[in-house]
Amino acid sequence: MTPYEKLKMTRQNGRPTGVAYINGIFDDRIELHGDRRFAEDAAIISGIGSIDDIPVTYIAIEKGVDLATRMKTNFGCPKPEGYRKALRLMKQAEKFGRPVVCFVDTQGAFCGADGEERGQGEAIAENIMEMLGLQTPTVSIVIGEGGSGGALALCSADRVYMMEHAVYSVISPEGCASILWKDASRAEDAAQCLRITADDMKSFGVAETIIPEDFDNFDVTCAVIKKQLKEDLTELLKKKTDALLSDRYMRFRKFGIYEENGETRGTVAYSI
Amino acid sequence: MIFDKWIAAFSHEKLTCGACKKEFSVKELRKALYICPECGKYMRIGGRERINQVVDKKSFEEFATGLSSVDFLEFPGYADKLTKAIDSTGEDDAVICGHATIGGHPCAIFVMDARFMMASMGSVVGEKITRTFEYATEHHIPVIGFTASGGARMQEGIISLMQMAKCSAAVKKHSTEGNLYITVLTDPTTGGVTASFAMQGDIILAEPNALVGFAGRRVVEQTTKSQLPDNFQSAEFILEHGFADAIVPREELIDTLTTILKLHRKERVAG
Repeated sequence: MTPYEKLKMTRQNGRPTGVAYINGIFDDRIELHGDRRFAEDAAIISGIGSIDDIPVTYIAIEKGVDLATRMKTNFGCPKPEGYRKALRLMKQAEKFGRPVVCFVDTQGAFCGADGEERGQGEAIAENIMEMLGLQTPTVSIVIGEGGSGGALALCSADRVYMMEHAVYSVISPEGCASILWKDASRAEDAAQCLRITADDMKSFGVAETIIPEDFDNFDVTCAVIKKQLKEDLTELLKKKTDALLSDRYMRFRKFGIYEENGETRGTVAYSI
Repeated sequence: MIFDKWIAAFSHEKLTCGACKKEFSVKELRKALYICPECGKYMRIGGRERINQVVDKKSFEEFATGLSSVDFLEFPGYADKLTKAIDSTGEDDAVICGHATIGGHPCAIFVMDARFMMASMGSVVGEKITRTFEYATEHHIPVIGFTASGGARMQEGIISLMQMAKCSAAVKKHSTEGNLYITVLTDPTTGGVTASFAMQGDIILAEPNALVGFAGRRVVEQTTKSQLPDNFQSAEFILEHGFADAIVPREELIDTLTTILKLHRKERVAG
């Protein structure tokens, strides 16, 4: 499969969305709504639940499964109130020492005029910064499309998993092609150039784990994720807060490939 | 390089105002802080020019120099764009960082330069801004950041997106230790820079009429399916909607920054 074919697959009907993962992985689920500032955004589904004996906060970007739910969730494009709802839930998780598990599946943050009026940029900026400083463990799973800043707002975590055919990109290949070549139909080429696949993310160190997809036996896929989450959360919960935060700082500090005084720097060694 | 700048400073080079198309000498414009003497338009200014405008004379010391971008994805056209930007600006990349004093108050400063690939943020920009915050955290001093950007530098793929998180982590650390961060939003501040360190300041100032937004106007128009007001995503628009603290004219910027820095100075007279 080419990178662009993978991207198109993440947008297809029938692929499990956030809700399916939440139902498949967590027990004792209570959904919590609203940002307490302006509104409830159905593009973010969040609440509390458990993985065996570990209480968690879950936050998912939900694309919807049919036209009616997709209209309601803006096709998985959260508005500022969605990001602020996510942040409220993260701060609540911090208060109670619960880990946070995020599911990411979005073409990007909502781009309408009302989003701009309510500070879409500020909402994302705040989430990224606060998530990086959150004094409780965080794991993010890109389950479909990881689109730009709108995805990063829920991906600034201690660990990132990619579903086998999920993609993660700084810009949609269509957007990239239309800016670079004034031709959105060259998205296939752009997808190739941008390096957006799960394997790419693992080589860059952007993701630690790739989860094999078996959607015919979705309970098996969920069991694999649950096992991995339990293992990682148990390890992360043992860390003292200082160590948790400094390890997270270093996880992101390392990103960058550049030349300094003639020498190539950056701890991420990547060869194409 | 320094010699070139001296030549530029004393040359009779002419610049044209983008709004009224009138021509002015560099000397004349410098005196007018690059506000068009004819129509009042705020012209975009290069990083070094900006530093000269706001910091105390001879106080600026640049750090994080000698960093340059690598075309590690072998992205079509990137190497050429970099070469052209370096040749036309004389800069290594789109941000200049260092420490200085403003009104006698020490601070770290970063200035993004829209002339360099529209100040898009790749590894070099992210690294230099991160080092600015790390320097300021270590020395317990404020950061003044002049933002301008078209967004993340897509030619560096996902690594450019990660710069948003890298910088934000450094901002957070600087903030947690009680240090002040002032952003000055200049034309144009958009995309991934708006969605990260531009909007993370304790105090957010903006230049009059600067374009400030997340999504591009055309994208918003397509999503919204209606005509947007003329002032959409202007500094005035974001002030009105509560996302900036103040709009500060260029000629008042030194005084405003000095006062804010003074009010946040750490050594207090013991009672």
